[in-house]
Amino acid sequence: MSDTKKFLFVNRKAPYGTIYAWESLEVILISAAFEQDVSLVFADDGVFQIAKGQDTTELGIKNFSPTYNALGDYDINKIYVEKESLEARGLTVDDLLKLTYEDEDDDWAEKDSIHVVSSAELAEIMDQQDVVLSF
Amino acid sequence: MPMLHTVNKSPFERGVLESCIRLATKGSAVILIEDGVYGATKASTASAMVEEAMKDLDFYVLSSDLKARGVDESRLIDGITVVDYSGFVKLTVDNDKVQSWL
Repeated sequence: MSDTKKFLFVNRKAPYGTIYAWESLEVILISAAFEQDVSLVFADDGVFQIAKGQDTTELGIKNFSPTYNALGDYDINKIYVEKESLEARGLTVDDLLKLTYEDEDDDWAEKDSIHVVSSAELAEIMDQQDVVLSF
Repeated sequence: MPMLHTVNKSPFERGVLESCIRLATKGSAVILIEDGVYGATKASTASAMVEEAMKDLDFYVLSSDLKARGVDESRLIDGITVVDYSGFVKLTVDNDKVQSWL
């Protein structure tokens, strides 16, 4: 499709204290329906959105973190996490959800969607986009 | 006079926890709730500030908010007390006043 654009969603807020994370996820899923070239960034407190082991039972609100597992099925498999943000919070990639997709160009092999990148690499990725949406 | 301070913002996004620590008097209690629970974890850029403050202040963290955010108790700074909602209520009763840092 000639009018496909590169969309980047920048997620910088923790998941439950504000509505940003949930709103972002909804827009991301909508964007997938329009067959755009979508990438996601999780930086600053946004890295907490994809922390594994979330259980909101006692808060009585929806735990939307399992929804991130569906992104691979929507061909959203370029998920960038800023290394510096993880380190500042005492986290490693092992503390995050394991998000994967099946690569149709490689016999549907399961591959990791999450790429931990440095600030410099992230700056480069942001620079390459047509549209950047920040949450 | 004992006072309970509540902090509900992430220390990485706002300076609320820092302000609370700066202005809370010795012997006060601080409970970290909502996004404030991220301030209870070790090995972060906020850990040293909290560990230093623990010399003068008693720190608590709300278990339900830890669970919601996937923060395992093994990642907490040693010496921070995990409380449930009943424990939170007891803290408000045991202290003369509550200051909510927003």
